Amino acid sequence: MDYRKTALLVDNLHKYFGQEEVLKGISLEACEGDVIAMVGASGSGKSTFLRCVNLLETPTSGSIYVRGELIRMKQNRNGDSVPEDLKQVERIRTRLGMVFQQFNLWSHMTVLENVIEAPVHVLKIAKKEAVERAEELLYKVGIYDRMHYHPAHLSGGQQQRVAIARALAMEPDMLLFDEPTSALDPELVGEVLQVMRDLAEEGRTMIVVTHEMGFAQEVSSRVVFLHEGSIEEDGPPWKVFKNPSSERFRQFVSKYVEN
Amino acid sequence: MFDLHGYFPMILDGMLLTVEVALLSLLIAVILGLLGALAKLSNSKIARTLATVYTTIIRGIPDLVLMTLVFFGGQILLNNIGDSLGWEYIDISPFIAGTLTIGFIFGAYMTETFRGGILAVSRGEIEAALAFGMSKRKVFIRITLPLMVRHALPGFGNNWMVLAKTTALVSVIGLHDMVYNAGVAGGSTRQPFTFYLVVAMLFLCITGLSDLGLRWANRRYSIGVRKV
Repeated sequence: MDYRKTALLVDNLHKYFGQEEVLKGISLEACEGDVIAMVGASGSGKSTFLRCVNLLETPTSGSIYVRGELIRMKQNRNGDSVPEDLKQVERIRTRLGMVFQQFNLWSHMTVLENVIEAPVHVLKIAKKEAVERAEELLYKVGIYDRMHYHPAHLSGGQQQRVAIARALAMEPDMLLFDEPTSALDPELVGEVLQVMRDLAEEGRTMIVVTHEMGFAQEVSSRVVFLHEGSIEEDGPPWKVFKNPSSERFRQFVSKYVEN
Repeated sequence: MFDLHGYFPMILDGMLLTVEVALLSLLIAVILGLLGALAKLSNSKIARTLATVYTTIIRGIPDLVLMTLVFFGGQILLNNIGDSLGWEYIDISPFIAGTLTIGFIFGAYMTETFRGGILAVSRGEIEAALAFGMSKRKVFIRITLPLMVRHALPGFGNNWMVLAKTTALVSVIGLHDMVYNAGVAGGSTRQPFTFYLVVAMLFLCITGLSDLGLRWANRRYSIGVRKV
């Protein structure tokens, strides 16, 4: 019996892009402190799933509960599913820190400005307080000495660490990583994974869409394997990597081991 | 250098008016341009259609024709409406007619410039702002607008230069700008060439200064862009 609180509950999530069904009824429960590695081939729907959780993509049907609160949806005139209350979506988004594949730092702001932007302008935290907190976070991810640089003057790995600090600055309940190392040069992957490893050890709740099998195996508490929009394998890494119940997952992993 | 027969202060007065008309029209053009760009990019079909009609009409009619239409036609229209409502006769001043028309014309060009600038802003940066719980309005003000400026500046600069020169048209509707005053001075001294040459040089001063200002703005807004 697991007595930890449920951080995220997704029930029977479907997503269509036009005629194509990208997510075919995904259900997933994440407890506080879970580090879920979502793996799968390109086009398996894992990024789409993650983007549905904070409504960057609108699910076609299904329910999402963040810490027990249902994100209310309604049908618009065209019969499409849309959020009922944008304010609710905005409030829930502040609780979900997102880290993107392409970093998506705001290029007209310095590193420090990037990190304090949402705390100051969305959470309405006093600027002084936000700066202090940002400095701590930038120290933690190792970018303290570059906080007055613009993102364009940082390496990809540094930018992604800033993006993680930016997400942490909101003090979110959960972190969502959308292929955080896929756009990085191989030699820069390690520094970002190290920061993520530290976060996992702090007990943060994380969903990480990734191709890094090493991270999935060593850091995650649970591995979820998606294939063509459905969950094919779900379990702790020590179990699924040794003894997968799905033949497709076994084949998928073996490709990574060969490389 | 030139013997201006004491008309120089009058030309300078005209220049002041030219600058006033230009800056005021620019303000109107920027506001209309932002509204137009937002309308063109909005989900509302009505807004998109209205904006398209606006830019299509403006871009298809010569500035001079539009200005006389607004000045004379606007006068008649306004007073026809005024008559039926029992208003006193209203006189549209050439200053208001000129400024509005130029602002209205360049609002259409700014619409296209700003629309392009907004479209050039990376989708990812906007998504990141949404993902952190910003409202659409806040995303526009904090992220899209400042990032758009960088992309829109070159086009904006061109529009401004053309706008500044277009103010010469207000002399046609009787506004005493520097072109009008040069005509008067040139007529009475029988040296039109001298006075129009002076006006040409004064226009060059205005556009030259603008060029410096735009370069500064360009540097200011390309902070954080990697030099290629």
